[in-house]
Amino acid sequence: MTTTNRIERHHYDVVVIGAGGAGLRAAIEARLAGKKTAIISKSLFGKAHTVMAEGGAAAAMGNVNSRDNWQVHFRDTMRGGKFLNNFRMAELHAKESPQRIWELETYGALFDRTKDGKISQRNFGGHEYPRLAHVGDRTGLELIRTLQQKIVSLQQEDKAEFGSYDARIKVFAETTITELLLDGEKVAGAFGYYRESGEFILFEAPAVVLATGGVGRSYKVTSNSWEYTGDGHALALRAGATLINMEFLQFHPTGMVWPPSVKGILVTESVRGDGGVLKNSDGKRFMFDYVPDVFRKQYADNEAEADRWYSDPDNNRRPPELLPRDEVARAINSEVKAGRGTPAGGVYLDIASRLPAEEIRRRLPSMYHQFKELADVDITKEPMEVGPTCHYVMGGVEVDPDSGAAYGTVRGLFAAGEVSGGMHGSNRLGGNSLSDLLVFGKRAGGHAASYADQLTSRPKVSIGAVEAAVETALAPLQRDTGENPYQLQQDLQAVMGDLVGIIRREGELVDALHRLAELRERVAKVSAAGGRRYNPGWHLALDLRNMLVVSECTAKAALERQESRGGHTREDFPAMDPKWRRVNLVCALDGDTVRLTHKPLPKIRAELIALFDRAELAKYLTDEELADFDALAEEAGK
Amino acid sequence: MGTKRHFRIWRGDESGGDLQDYQVEVNEGEVVLDVIHRLQATDAPDLACRWNCKAGKCGSCSMEINGMPKLGCMTRMSTFEEAETVTVTPLRTFPVIRDLVTDVSFNYEKARETPAFAPPAGVAPGEYRMQQVDVERSQEFRKCIECFLCQNVCHVVRDHEENKQAFSGPRYFIRAAELDMHPLDAKTDRKEYAQAEQGLGFCNITKCCTEVCPEHIKITDNAIIPMKERVVDRRYDPLVWLGSKIFRRGQVPQTSVTSASHSGAVHSHAAPGGVHSHAGGSHDPATEAQAQAGVNWHREVPKPTAPAVDDNGKLPLTELTFDRAAAPSPFGDDVQFPLPPEHLNFAHPEQDKH
Repeated sequence: MTTTNRIERHHYDVVVIGAGGAGLRAAIEARLAGKKTAIISKSLFGKAHTVMAEGGAAAAMGNVNSRDNWQVHFRDTMRGGKFLNNFRMAELHAKESPQRIWELETYGALFDRTKDGKISQRNFGGHEYPRLAHVGDRTGLELIRTLQQKIVSLQQEDKAEFGSYDARIKVFAETTITELLLDGEKVAGAFGYYRESGEFILFEAPAVVLATGGVGRSYKVTSNSWEYTGDGHALALRAGATLINMEFLQFHPTGMVWPPSVKGILVTESVRGDGGVLKNSDGKRFMFDYVPDVFRKQYADNEAEADRWYSDPDNNRRPPELLPRDEVARAINSEVKAGRGTPAGGVYLDIASRLPAEEIRRRLPSMYHQFKELADVDITKEPMEVGPTCHYVMGGVEVDPDSGAAYGTVRGLFAAGEVSGGMHGSNRLGGNSLSDLLVFGKRAGGHAASYADQLTSRPKVSIGAVEAAVETALAPLQRDTGENPYQLQQDLQAVMGDLVGIIRREGELVDALHRLAELRERVAKVSAAGGRRYNPGWHLALDLRNMLVVSECTAKAALERQESRGGHTREDFPAMDPKWRRVNLVCALDGDTVRLTHKPLPKIRAELIALFDRAELAKYLTDEELADFDALAEEAGK
Repeated sequence: MGTKRHFRIWRGDESGGDLQDYQVEVNEGEVVLDVIHRLQATDAPDLACRWNCKAGKCGSCSMEINGMPKLGCMTRMSTFEEAETVTVTPLRTFPVIRDLVTDVSFNYEKARETPAFAPPAGVAPGEYRMQQVDVERSQEFRKCIECFLCQNVCHVVRDHEENKQAFSGPRYFIRAAELDMHPLDAKTDRKEYAQAEQGLGFCNITKCCTEVCPEHIKITDNAIIPMKERVVDRRYDPLVWLGSKIFRRGQVPQTSVTSASHSGAVHSHAAPGGVHSHAGGSHDPATEAQAQAGVNWHREVPKPTAPAVDDNGKLPLTELTFDRAAAPSPFGDDVQFPLPPEHLNFAHPEQDKH
C-alpha cells in the first residue's frame, strides 16, 4: 500500500498547469508579482504545442497599415466568432495584444521587421489589415523560446538574490496532474505523477492556473500532439467549474492528407496569404463558389480582382481563399464529397505556379523544409494535397473575462489560452490564439497572485482526497483483465471523427452519445501493462478518462445547438439562427454525468456595438436586439 | 500495401538492457516514429519514447537510428532498403531513463547558466527598431528546436562524462552567438564568456553538430567559428601579435583573421585558381589593383647567398657536425625578425596619403 506521507510534497503560492504560451506567461506574471510559482509541464520544458503555431500573433500595432487599430481588430474577432464571443474578452484582447507583443521584444524575441525597423505584420484570413507579427513561419517556436528564456532570466535573478535558481519559480518537466484537490469550494492543491519515475507528487497551493491547451487527441485526423487530451477541461469540470461553447471545434482547412505519416499536420494559412490557391481535381479554383452572403462585400468574385489584391489591397477585395477557416473547411469538404477531391481525399493547394521558387523558399522556409523532409514533396514545383484537420477547440472553461477566474462553484481556479472558452466565440481567427495566450496568460497569472494574497488562511489538502487520487492513478496498473488503452483511444477517435466531426447530424450525435456511454464502461476497466517508470501505456490509460468526459460535453452540446455557426455545422440545421446567438451552452459535472444548461450571453456594451454597421448586425441579431440598437443610434443622433 | 520489416530496439533502463527484435508492419509514406507508435499499440505498449508534434518542429523524438542521431519523425522508412534491419537506440551522451528516453537535464542546466538577453537601457517596449538584415543572423540560431542531437553527437562530451562540467555544447554556443549578434543586446562580453565559462575552446571544429542538425543551422560556420575568431582576434592570434610587433599598431588591416565586422575577410581562403594576393585578403579587383600599385617591385632584395660548406666543400648535413641544436629556420637562420618594412610585400591601404 502506498501511504500518503511518502508522497513528495511541495508548497507554492501559484501552480500553473501547462507550459505552453499561456502557462509560461501566467507563471512569469505570478513570479513578477512576488509569488512562489510552479510550472507543470507534461512534456519537456519548451516542447509545448505552441511551437506548432506558424502564422503569427495578431496585434493591431498598425506597423504595416496605419489604419489598423483595436476597434478594427475587435470587429474582425467578433465577426470571425459570429458574434458569439464574450465581447469583453474580445475587447481586452484587441486592446492589449500590442503591448504583449512589444513586451516580448524586451525578453529577446526577434520578429521579422518592416523597412523602417518595426515589427513586420502579415495578412491572414479574417483580418482586415496586415496584423500578424511573425518570424517566417515559426512564430510559435519564437514565442515559446522567448518565454522559456524569460523564465530562465528570472531564475538567474533569483539565483543572484537567493542562491538558488528554483527559489521562486520552478519547472516540473514531464509531470502530469491527474486531480485538483479542494478544501470545500477552494482550491487547495494538485496531485499528479512524474512521468519519468512514475512517483507521485503533491502540490499544496491556494491558486491554480489551468493552461493545458485543447482536446484534439480525441479525433482521428488532428494537428494536435499527444498532450492534447483535454486534461484542463476535465480537471476544471471535476473541481466544480463549468465549460462553455464545447460544441465549437475548429477544423483547420488545410492539413496535409498525404503521405499518411503526416496526416493532419498543418499547412499554414500564410501559404494562402502569400498567394496560394485551392484547386479541385478538375483544376478549378473553386473558392469563388463558396463566398457566403455576409462576406460578399469584402471578398472578390473573380480571379483578376483577387490576384490584384496581393499587390493593391486598398482598392481590391480579398481573394476567397482567405475566408475564415470554417468557410474554407466546409468548401473543401463539399468539393471532396462531390467527387472532385484528390486520391487521398483532399484538394490541391497550389503555390508553385503562383510565385517563383526562390520567393517561396524565402517566405515559407519551414513549410518548404517540412514538405521536403517529411513527404519528399517540393512545394516550389508541385501542389500540396490538403484537407480539414481537427485543430483547435473554441470551447473551454467558463471564466470571468477580466481575471480568468473560473465560474461555477470553485474558488482559486483560473484558466487561460485554449483551455478557456468565450474569447473566440464560435470560431477563432488565425493569429488570435498566440495573442490570446499572452493577453489572458498575463491576466490569469496576475489575478491568481492577487487571489493568493487576499486569502486569510491557506486551504488544506485532505488526506482522504490524496488517497483516492493515488488509488485512481494506480488502478489501470493493477488490473490485467481490461482492454489495451491504445485500442480504446482508437475507438474513441473513430466515434468523434465519424459522428461528431466537421458536419454533424442529429441521428449520428445520438448514436455518438450511446457509444461514448459504452466506452465509458470500457475505459473504467482499462488496464496498462508494465511498471510505473516512463510507461506511455499507463499515461494514456489515465488520460482516457479526461478525453472521454470532454468528448461527452462536445457531443451533448453539438446535439443541443440546432443551428450552424462557426465551428459547429449541423446538416439538419444549415442556417445561422439569431435566437441561438443569445445562448451559451454550459456544461457542468453532476456526479459522473455531464449536465447541460442554457445561459444568456452578456449584452454587448453600447460603444462597442456602435462600431458595427446596422446592415452587418442584421445578419446576426434578433429583431428585438436590432430595435435596441436603433434606439441607441437615435439617442446618439440627438 | 504494408510489408513486415525487421526492427531492433534497445529496451532497458539505467541498470542495463539490450536490443530486442520486432517484426512490424510498415506502410508506404511512414516514418520511424510511426513504426514505434505501431509497436506501442501492438507488441510493446510500455515502450518508452518521447514525441510531441510529429512534424519536426518540437525536437522531442531524438534517437539514434542505425547509429545516426536523428529525429524519429523525420526519418522516412523509404530511406532504408526493404530487407534492411533498422536499429533504434537511445541518445548515447545522456543517461538512459527507460528504453528510448534519456535524461537530458544536462542541457537545461547549461541553458540556465547562459546569461539571458540584456534589454537595452532606456528603450521602451514598442520602440525597438532593428533592420531585417541585422536580425536574420540571430534568427538563424533561433530556429533551433532543442532536439539536442548536436549535444549528443559532440565528441567532447559523447564519451567524456568528465568534460560535461566545463563544456556547454553546440546548442549553447549558438545561443551565445545569437545574443552576441542580437542588434540590441546590451551585454558586450558574450564571446569572452563563451571562451571562459562555456568551454568554447574544447571545440575543434569537426562539424558533427552541423551535420546532424535537423534545422540545418550552420552551427560551426556561422556560430562557433565566428565566436572563436572574435575571441582569438583579441587575445590569442599569433598573426595579430606578430602584426602588432611589426607595425606597432593595435590591429593589422586586411589580414585574413580579423573581427567579424570586416566580413570581407573570410574571402581570403581563395578558391583554387583564384587571385592570390600578398596585399590582403580581398578579391575585389579594385582593391587588388590598388594593392599591386602600392608595392615597390623594384626594391632591393638581398641577393641569394650560397650556404656555408665544410672543408670538403660539402653541406654540413648531420646534426653531429651542425653548428646549432634543433632544426634550422625555414626562413633561413640568418634572417632576423622583425624584417625591415621595405623588404615586405605589404601595401598599407592609406599609403597614398603619406
